[in-house]
Amino acid sequence: MLAGGQFLPQWLLFLLTIALAKGLVVLGLLILLRCGLVSFGQALYYCIGAYTAGLLGRRFGFSDLAGVMLAGMAAAGAVAFVLGFLLARYRSIFFGLLSLALSMILYGLLVKTEALGSSDGFHVVRSTLFGAHPADGWVRYAVLAVAAIAACAAAALVHRYLGTPLGRLAPAIKDNEIRVEYMGASARHAIHVKYVIAAALAGLGGALAAATVGHIDPEMAYWTTSGEFIFITILAGTGSVIAPFLGALIFGIIQTVAFDVSPNTWQMVLGSSLLAVIVFLPNGLWSLFRRRFR
Amino acid sequence: MNTILHAKQLSKSFGAVTAAANVDAAIEKDSIVGLIGTNGAGKTTFINMITGYLKPDSGRIHYEGRDITALAPRDITRIGICRSFQIPQLYASLTVFENMMIGIGVVLRNAGRGGFFSRGRARVPGHDLPAEEVAERILERFGLAEYRDRNAQVLPGGVRKLLDIALTLVARPKILLLDEPTSGVSAEEKFAIMEMIMQAVRAEGITVLFVEHDMEVVSRFAERVLAFYDGRIIADAAPQVALADAEVQRYVVGGVLRA
Repeated sequence: MLAGGQFLPQWLLFLLTIALAKGLVVLGLLILLRCGLVSFGQALYYCIGAYTAGLLGRRFGFSDLAGVMLAGMAAAGAVAFVLGFLLARYRSIFFGLLSLALSMILYGLLVKTEALGSSDGFHVVRSTLFGAHPADGWVRYAVLAVAAIAACAAAALVHRYLGTPLGRLAPAIKDNEIRVEYMGASARHAIHVKYVIAAALAGLGGALAAATVGHIDPEMAYWTTSGEFIFITILAGTGSVIAPFLGALIFGIIQTVAFDVSPNTWQMVLGSSLLAVIVFLPNGLWSLFRRRFR
Repeated sequence: MNTILHAKQLSKSFGAVTAAANVDAAIEKDSIVGLIGTNGAGKTTFINMITGYLKPDSGRIHYEGRDITALAPRDITRIGICRSFQIPQLYASLTVFENMMIGIGVVLRNAGRGGFFSRGRARVPGHDLPAEEVAERILERFGLAEYRDRNAQVLPGGVRKLLDIALTLVARPKILLLDEPTSGVSAEEKFAIMEMIMQAVRAEGITVLFVEHDMEVVSRFAERVLAFYDGRIIADAAPQVALADAEVQRYVVGGVLRA
């Protein structure tokens, strides 16, 4: 992607970068889903990451891509650390709906906040890269390059984390929390840590999306955005840290093609694709690759 | 007398039902204690209070001289008191080996080993071996090696019981509380399972408290018996003495026979 990206058309660079941004969010959802937790409100952190990136440029003139991505990640992680004390107490549908409620609170606040553009949002200052201002034709490539590096680093770190004792607790928490406690571990603490990691990844993805699209609005916190992330998670499967990026890319392709071919019924095409995956590949698209490499 | 665990005047009620009424018991180090009594007599409540699952309404629990009454189950596990369950609590979607590795992972983590920044294979504290080797050894000791890659939810009842107990041993407990280790197991398997457990705990010098309904098992394996009735301890003596006690005969042994 790094080597060939410069020869790709602008629309494809955009599609790939957005896929990486959404893939980062879904990577976080994968961590939670392995614990049996489905967050219907991950858009909360996606939006926090995006608004952090946008506000840094708008208020402080800071638009360095790597810097705003890190800031978005840190802001989302910090909010999740606080909210995690509440969320880590809940499981199943209660966890899902509470996370949804929190994201809708942010949506409501943003829509009513004129200083942040209300429902229209605001434009994001064009990204710089370590002080350099890439030429017009190179901006998308530069953003894609940074996104690819960030995605690879995130995938490698999450892979490493999932191999640690704390990471490996995920299926155990899903199966039997009583046994986890009686082995000497705190399920609530483990979920809190995973929740913060998932939020930080969503914040990173949100900041990247803001820099890529160049505009942010409260829709980024809306429940349909969270639904899109869940959609990609189911489409991709939770078998590997690569699956979220693959799923997000295929989601982007289906969405683009469906919109192009059938502008009025593109959602139906997306829905049918998801239905087909659920019926024929219950463990997601990644199971195709796992079977091949077995 | 070298007391390792002391339950002092424990009381616990659930509404109008008294599950424990001033239960007082001092457990000596390295002893094997059988807890007997009819259903609802307060045996499991006693174990649940010791392991932090239930908090007593009054009374204190001291372990190695330290008050552990207010500690959470995970903290009680960390200091050396582990338990098994009447209904085995396993990670059903994982294999037998993965079940063991989850437990060993927790031990490593609590010892600050095997974390994100650790390099190489960490050695499990207390065993001084790599994680995989500890898992294999414990599985072998309990005759579970042949089930290593089988999913926990498809295991036969006796094997599930053994795995539940094997999981408690990864943390090298000082006290092991076994809640009906032979329930749901055929009469022929009972003694074999108890023998296997006793061999393992004797090798490690673990103090054991086990709940049991089969008086033959109790008299063969326990060194001391605590007989419960109506939330009280009605006898505390060697098996031969306790089982011959008139109250125990009337409320416990007779109760079992009637059941």
